[in-house]
Amino acid sequence: MADDRDREEAVVAEFHKKIKEAFEVFDHDSNNTVDVREIGTIMRSLGCCPSEGELHDLIAEVEDEEPTGYIRFEKFLPVMTEILLERRYRPVPEDVLLHAFEVLDSAKRGFLTKEELIKYMTEEGEPFSQEEMEEMLSAAIDPDSNSIHYRDYITMMVIDEH
Amino acid sequence: MGSGTSAQHHFAFQNAEKAFKAAALIQRWYRRYVARLEMRRRCTWSIFQSMEYAGQQDHVKLHDFFSYLMDHFTPSSHNERDFLSRMFTEERFPQDSEAERCCDYESIEVPDSYAGPRLSFPLLPDHATALVEAFRLKQQLHARYVLNLLYETKKHLVQLPNINRVSTCYSEEITVCGDLHGQLDDLIFIFYKNGLPSPERVYVFNGDFVDRGKDSVEILMVLFAFMLVYPKEFHLNRGNHEDHMVNLRYGFTKEVMNKYKIHGKKILRTLQDVFRWLPLATLVDEKVLILHGGVSDTTDLELLDKLDRHKVVSTMRCKARKEGEKQAEEKEQATQTSAAERPIPWFLPQKQSRSLPASPLRRGDQARRAGRSCSIPCGGAPGRSADPELGRRQQAGLGAPSACGAPGAAEPTQEEWRQVTDILWSDPMAQEGCKANTVRGEGCYFGPDVTEQLLQKYNLRLLIRSHECKPEGYEFCHSRRVLTIFSASNYYAVGSNRGAYVKLGPALTPHIVQYQANKATYTLTMRQRISRVEESALRALREKLFAHSSELLGEFKKYDAGKTGSIALSDWAAAVESVLRLGLPWRMLRPQLVNSSADNTLEYGSWLEDLAKAQLSRENIQSSLLEKLYRNRSNLETIFRIIDSDHS
Repeated sequence: MADDRDREEAVVAEFHKKIKEAFEVFDHDSNNTVDVREIGTIMRSLGCCPSEGELHDLIAEVEDEEPTGYIRFEKFLPVMTEILLERRYRPVPEDVLLHAFEVLDSAKRGFLTKEELIKYMTEEGEPFSQEEMEEMLSAAIDPDSNSIHYRDYITMMVIDEH
Repeated sequence: MGSGTSAQHHFAFQNAEKAFKAAALIQRWYRRYVARLEMRRRCTWSIFQSMEYAGQQDHVKLHDFFSYLMDHFTPSSHNERDFLSRMFTEERFPQDSEAERCCDYESIEVPDSYAGPRLSFPLLPDHATALVEAFRLKQQLHARYVLNLLYETKKHLVQLPNINRVSTCYSEEITVCGDLHGQLDDLIFIFYKNGLPSPERVYVFNGDFVDRGKDSVEILMVLFAFMLVYPKEFHLNRGNHEDHMVNLRYGFTKEVMNKYKIHGKKILRTLQDVFRWLPLATLVDEKVLILHGGVSDTTDLELLDKLDRHKVVSTMRCKARKEGEKQAEEKEQATQTSAAERPIPWFLPQKQSRSLPASPLRRGDQARRAGRSCSIPCGGAPGRSADPELGRRQQAGLGAPSACGAPGAAEPTQEEWRQVTDILWSDPMAQEGCKANTVRGEGCYFGPDVTEQLLQKYNLRLLIRSHECKPEGYEFCHSRRVLTIFSASNYYAVGSNRGAYVKLGPALTPHIVQYQANKATYTLTMRQRISRVEESALRALREKLFAHSSELLGEFKKYDAGKTGSIALSDWAAAVESVLRLGLPWRMLRPQLVNSSADNTLEYGSWLEDLAKAQLSRENIQSSLLEKLYRNRSNLETIFRIIDSDHS
């Protein structure tokens, strides 16, 4: 029993260090606060994959009663630790991602046209901003065919991660 | 019909829902991908910055060490005295007659075979333009013309005030450029994109023209040439790198000696002279102040306007004591609070709480700014050492010995030196107040209140400074009252950052133009750009890790009580940070530096061996020696250059 508790404490301690590190990367003024707009980046680089809606809720949880545009580390740490312990917002495995593309590719061609991708990404789900759309296109689109071969795209992105 | 429709609707609805969910999933996943890229980009930037500033700290530490030696070493023989006095008198500005001899370029012959640009004086605009073109074609200017140009430059600079005053009445726009650091491509690009200097196109270059990049000489030649051709419309401010002591370490001295083997020494001596005569700041319409570093809470523009700027040969500290100063310092020490205690020099045994130089990335909690009573400027003789005879020798070398600050003295006063150092070295910070800049070792950190106070005191609107690399080439801070402008693109590595310059029209609203001199980076995707820069950073970081192999091994062993040869990955991070002290997010970087085993442990011995193998495959020396060399490479180079001060 005591061993389990020790182990959990060690795990929590390690989480704390990881969270602090990620937080500090964006703490430009070295005053233990980050711009609220960076919270998503911090969370995601700690391994989580929340939706925009989930992110919104989370920000509400860590904001001060009078939102200042900044999030303080003291409020962020416990919430984030909990999330990591509960393994919330885990990213989906590759095959689920592939399946999502295949759902959009109803004709089962193995690719989506540029227009189709733009339509889905900017009109469905939690729509992309123009900047997000352009950035995705620049890497994903095969300029010769003006389409995205999603299998290859996923493979390329996943290699990056590891 | 009815049920068919509702079945179709149901089916359509399900499909729509599926599509919605699929899209949401892809977006969610993509946003996480981008976030992780952003984190990698930031970490990469942190690596470069922390290593840059740690190197700077090193340099100041080295300088302190030598100064301490000078103070406390009693030469035991005539030869040693000679050596010491040579070592430090080389720093100082030679007598005027010596200076004339230095600039004696007329005796230098230019062979007929020389195919580079030839200058004649007075320079014409065409000459300056031809210089740019010649350098673009990778030609080198002959030493004779270099010296001639430097000689004319100095003559011109001597007439200039400390603070250039520029007005937008006479020209439409003023273009302000930041650090170039020897990157000629960026300068050429700026002229290409913005136009060459002319009476209608005013330029201000805000210091740090040299060091690090490989074409510092050429940049200086171009800048000086245009300054001579358009004296009223082309302005230069001194940066902290326009300083021969800094050049010893950061590459400019080396570049000159490599390019000009026979006359390099003369050129360097002449440059010492030119650098100290560079103006300190530029004021546009009495409203926009442009200077290289920043300000402090004691910055006094009136004093800066009046002081003899040429007395500050170098802003690197030179430890010396004169009796009067020693007393003043003791008094100041007595009144200082413990928080602001003067730190014990790093190379002496420390008492309990050592004030470490700040981790380069964390500017947070530091001692309030202590009086810098322990040093006087490197404007002249290092001062009397323990040996009075040595002192006399030094003073004889200087000519008229002087008490610090007496009128007509060759040295600046403590206050004058500090004023100049502050504006050349300081950095803005977000917190209010004014702290010693322990990261750089000189100057201070100044808060928005300090900026506001200064701007109001002198009725200014904006402070433009450089000195710090920014990813976008520029950055506003202090409620847009301070603008940092940095013109060396790809400064850390190809793709690391943009360069920028700022244009001020008659309304003095800043208009920023960004660029990146390497065209190749434009065609890469964000991901590819980040990967490339990241690889550079990691390579540099691995080198640094290797250089500390022995210390790391010692530290790892502390975590391995059972002598298993393995440690937990979390312990790896703690160990590495305590050795390297770079303030980097090691747990984020770990996946790139360590192959983890399934149980989250690391066999540290073989990890260190792998590091060594990667380095040794590039060199063929014994590993421990190599390790020491790597760690101290910059320091060693600097030492060699100081000792080899006659460049023989």
